Amino acid sequence: MSASPAADRLLPPVIEIRGLYTQFDDLVVHRDIDLDIEAGQMLGLVGGSGSGKTTLLREMVGLLAPSRGTVRLFGQSVLDTDPQRRRALRRRFGMLFQQGALFSALSVFDNIAFPLRELHTLDEGMVADLVFLKLAMVELEARHARLMPAELSGGMVKRVALARALSLEPELLVLDEPTAGLDPDRSESFVKLLRMLQKELGFTVVMVTHDPETLAGLATRLAVLADQRIVACGTAAEVAAVDHPFVRNFFDSGRAAAAIRQVQG
Amino acid sequence: MTAATIDVVDEAGARQLVLAGDWRLATMPQPIAAFELRVRQLATGNPAWDLHLVSRLDSAGATLLWRVWGRQWPASVALSDEHRALLERVAAISSEPAVVPQVRDALAPIAALGQLSLAAFRHLVEIIALIGQLVLDLGYLCVHPREIPWREFSANLYKSGARALPVIALIGFLIGIVLSYLSALQLKTFGADVFIVNLLGISIVRELGPMLVAVLVAGRSGSAMTAQIGVMRVTEEIDALATMGVSRSQRLLLPKVLALAVAMPLLVIWCSAAGIIGGMIAAKLQMGLSYAYFIDTLPRVVPVANVWIGLCKGLVFGVLIALIACHFGLRVKPNTESLSALTTSSVVCSITVAILVDAVFAVATRGLGLP
Repeated sequence: MSASPAADRLLPPVIEIRGLYTQFDDLVVHRDIDLDIEAGQMLGLVGGSGSGKTTLLREMVGLLAPSRGTVRLFGQSVLDTDPQRRRALRRRFGMLFQQGALFSALSVFDNIAFPLRELHTLDEGMVADLVFLKLAMVELEARHARLMPAELSGGMVKRVALARALSLEPELLVLDEPTAGLDPDRSESFVKLLRMLQKELGFTVVMVTHDPETLAGLATRLAVLADQRIVACGTAAEVAAVDHPFVRNFFDSGRAAAAIRQVQG
Repeated sequence: MTAATIDVVDEAGARQLVLAGDWRLATMPQPIAAFELRVRQLATGNPAWDLHLVSRLDSAGATLLWRVWGRQWPASVALSDEHRALLERVAAISSEPAVVPQVRDALAPIAALGQLSLAAFRHLVEIIALIGQLVLDLGYLCVHPREIPWREFSANLYKSGARALPVIALIGFLIGIVLSYLSALQLKTFGADVFIVNLLGISIVRELGPMLVAVLVAGRSGSAMTAQIGVMRVTEEIDALATMGVSRSQRLLLPKVLALAVAMPLLVIWCSAAGIIGGMIAAKLQMGLSYAYFIDTLPRVVPVANVWIGLCKGLVFGVLIALIACHFGLRVKPNTESLSALTTSSVVCSITVAILVDAVFAVATRGLGLP
């Protein structure tokens, strides 16, 4: 864990994908994908339906093994065979699932406390303090802690899931459709919340989303997945300059274009 | 990433604590609970705090410090604005969560017993309501035969009936062998070998066949029905049916109850037949009783009333198992814990009820079918 400040500057990219190849039976999903994500970046992964965005996301966090190629997080392989190292690595990122994936048998409090308790190094008082702090961070009130996931609205589920993803102070946050199923109002406030937290905590973000507003609000970089490859990666302007049917189509469709052009970077 | 450190500096009698490194969840010395205790010990005597050397502070580090400080700013503290903002954030929300005092009630066991009885009573009332609903549905379907859910009925018949045949045959056959073998040993000592036919015939046809099938079907189909209806509730599929104007009881529950009502008596016959064949083979191997004698004697010593009693039991058990499975399925709440608890309850309750009803049958039919 400890490294000299000099080594700090030479840190490997947060995510480093080399020659990734994914194949389900006869269906090739990804063909030789290379992708680097540096610390502090907020990368939006875009692509048509069925282009394998979520599959790529699952391979990044080690939920799925690619057919060929390597995925490294913080310079370590996500599929490290040493359980100790793998667990340590998995504690360095948080994932927000599309449906929240809250444990339905546990209350909001226990859901957020779960990863903290799994560390086995904190006493209950500290866990409780941290849980209430995370709840406040995602703008929920302390009284919500006693609710069960089934009693929450869609927006609250996302917030609780975010609080759980952030509970171990991750350096990387992986978002799968962070605003799917939220109305525009809620979606906007959730994006605002994510941006504020990112500014404050400085984590790296990788996300998959269909929603141009979410992309515009969060992403500082885009990676376009089409034809089983990353056809473009960079700031919105760099990506827009790439001559590819999907990219042209994406930037030509009215609403998306207006939103994406705002992507700063 | 550098580890969190804390140094004590004594200058002119004034104690100062100098913190350095990364005060983060991952970099604080493990276990953190022990580290907190150590910092707390160093903090006695109200020293001055210097946090300027702390490179990174996260909410875990800030919370730890705030707890050590007794949830208030220490008299003297030097830190950057960024860290102050974070600590203020912790200060704003952090309050000892209210601890609910656990009161031990001497009457708790009695209250629990009462609650259990009330719950059992509620289940009973709801099952009776369910039966009423299904009878009304049956009446409705008699008047509107076009709406009879044949497809669901046949699907359920296939799933809980046809697909259960192999396992029920195997179990019935093995139980028949075991029973025959054990009885043969006892009967031999009395020289009453030939009565093996009476013993096996009555016990399997009248009692063991229906009971075995009830236990197997409750475990196999009852649990599946509860889980299926439960998950359909969790995923709101049942509500979707209702919005399409499809009655859940007609489309989901009635086919299950009717399918088991038809399948169970047939399974009882199947199981009894397998059991008797098993017994017959064991009797031949153990005592040399010929198959011809066994088959010839069986109808004479086992009055046909026993077959009817077995069939009736099968019918009643089938209806009860399906009713209980549906009832518990409809009470599943949208969480995994509730699904597993109610599936367990469904199976346990079905088997218990089957045994209770079997006892009632034994008393009610004590004058029937016994030579």
